[in-house]
Amino acid sequence: MAGKPGYQYVMQDIRELYQEVILDHNQNPRNFGPLESANREAEGFNPLCGDQLKLYADIENDAIKDIHFDGSGCAIFKASSSIMTELAKGKSVEEADTLFDQFHELVTTGSADAESLGKLAVMAGVHQYPARVKCASLAWHTLKNILDGSNETVTTE
Amino acid sequence: MIQHLHPETIRKDFAIFNAHPDLVYLDSAATSQTPIQVTDAVLNYYESFNANVHRTIYSIGNEATQAYEAARKKIADFIGAEDAASVIFTKSATEAINLVAHAWGRKNLSAGDEILITEMEHHSNIVPWQLTAKETGGDLKYIPISQEGELEDWENCISEKTKLVAITHQSNVFGTINPIKELAAKAHAAGALVLVDAAQSVPHSKVNVQELGCDFFAFSGHKMLGPTGVGVLYGKTDLLEKMDPFLGGGEMIKTVTMETSTWNEIPHKFEAGTPNIAQAIGLGAAADYLNDIGMENVYAHEQELLQYTLNALGDLPGITIHGNPKKRGGVVSFNVDGIHPHDAAQFLDDDGIAVRAGHHCAQPIMQKLGVAATCRASAYLYNTKSDIDKLHDSLEKVKSVFN
Repeated sequence: MAGKPGYQYVMQDIRELYQEVILDHNQNPRNFGPLESANREAEGFNPLCGDQLKLYADIENDAIKDIHFDGSGCAIFKASSSIMTELAKGKSVEEADTLFDQFHELVTTGSADAESLGKLAVMAGVHQYPARVKCASLAWHTLKNILDGSNETVTTE
Repeated sequence: MIQHLHPETIRKDFAIFNAHPDLVYLDSAATSQTPIQVTDAVLNYYESFNANVHRTIYSIGNEATQAYEAARKKIADFIGAEDAASVIFTKSATEAINLVAHAWGRKNLSAGDEILITEMEHHSNIVPWQLTAKETGGDLKYIPISQEGELEDWENCISEKTKLVAITHQSNVFGTINPIKELAAKAHAAGALVLVDAAQSVPHSKVNVQELGCDFFAFSGHKMLGPTGVGVLYGKTDLLEKMDPFLGGGEMIKTVTMETSTWNEIPHKFEAGTPNIAQAIGLGAAADYLNDIGMENVYAHEQELLQYTLNALGDLPGITIHGNPKKRGGVVSFNVDGIHPHDAAQFLDDDGIAVRAGHHCAQPIMQKLGVAATCRASAYLYNTKSDIDKLHDSLEKVKSVFN
């Protein structure tokens, strides 16, 4: 309830969560749809919201040559997935692991090294909306599964 | 005679609207707000006669026992039960349904028996029966629902194989009020029992379990202005007497030896351990509060708000309202075209409007509607037309952000 003293969301402007970049990625998701060259796949599911994700990756010699996502969910989920694929594409597995850690720190603690965040910075607003952290995290946790070679479906519950 | 409610006056009884004067609370189907009469009753127990019930010689213990049993009587009267002993306090409606699934279902169902539920059930009236069917070898059958959100062809779903019909009185997604009386008559003629999930109906309309003709009737306290942590199971006394206990422990026994035990009388047989004394007393106060206002008046107020909501949302292009049942309570599920319910609800929250977004613990309905989730606005006696106007205006704003 905006404007109530002492309320957790008091300083928040909802447009910090729904920045133009987020709305744009929601409207026009990048790397969207199945990937034919994929040699790894993983699924993610958010039971609370019903967000559903399938991640496809083409990984050779510890490098992410290409990565796509497919699925349905809210704007935060879709934008976060889209941005994740953009960031992970072309990275080594080790670099992607580091990205995951940065993202995780950003949405759970709200603090991260702003310099190194780059495009990830648009997700900073999520931290202030605890109910939405799961929406933003699903793609990243599913990526982590792919990087770790796990076949288990990610669920955020 | 129906009397118009004055929600502006009623709101003064709810401290939450003091703390958040601009709060537009449209999620009473999830949990209702609590009037000071209820929180005072809970506080008064802790401050004036906090003691265990049915165990003590001393006077505040007697006072606690009397208040707890008086609450049981109030609830029995509130739902038209013939006998206070037919009212069992549980922790929730969910626990009440599970109690029947364990204590009645596992003893009385066997391979080939059918448990009939409907496609519009809350998970709490699906999962216990899935578990029971699995354990007993019984079959779980569903009465289908139409796109309007009404039962389809239920008459032909009941057969001599049907042993139990477990059905919601009022849908938490569509608001549909189901024809329990007719259904119970047909079920009984086929030799089946009827359990009613009344979590969404008891808070919003006058109910009478004897008129409905149901055998079991489950509801929760926190949706009818009461505290959390208390629910109710009503059962016909002859059925409850024949059933085995659900949980074992103190309070529910008559005698215990090292080898075996005998059971206490109903309702105590089903209330193992120290019960939720404060919550039950609070629930009794909630029944008093609703009785003072009059359930017919609550129902009429919500019907007026329902029509107002349907008109307001119907005027907005790009809003899909789910279901159109002929007889319904004050619950409206909708989607904003192209906008996920969680995004819509986040923007509504920014305007101080609380609606539910999600699958409403009714995933089979979501599958039927072909959506992952919906928004749901549900009204109660403290809501006003101005709340609905704010919802309308905020939805217009949401649409402009995403388009």
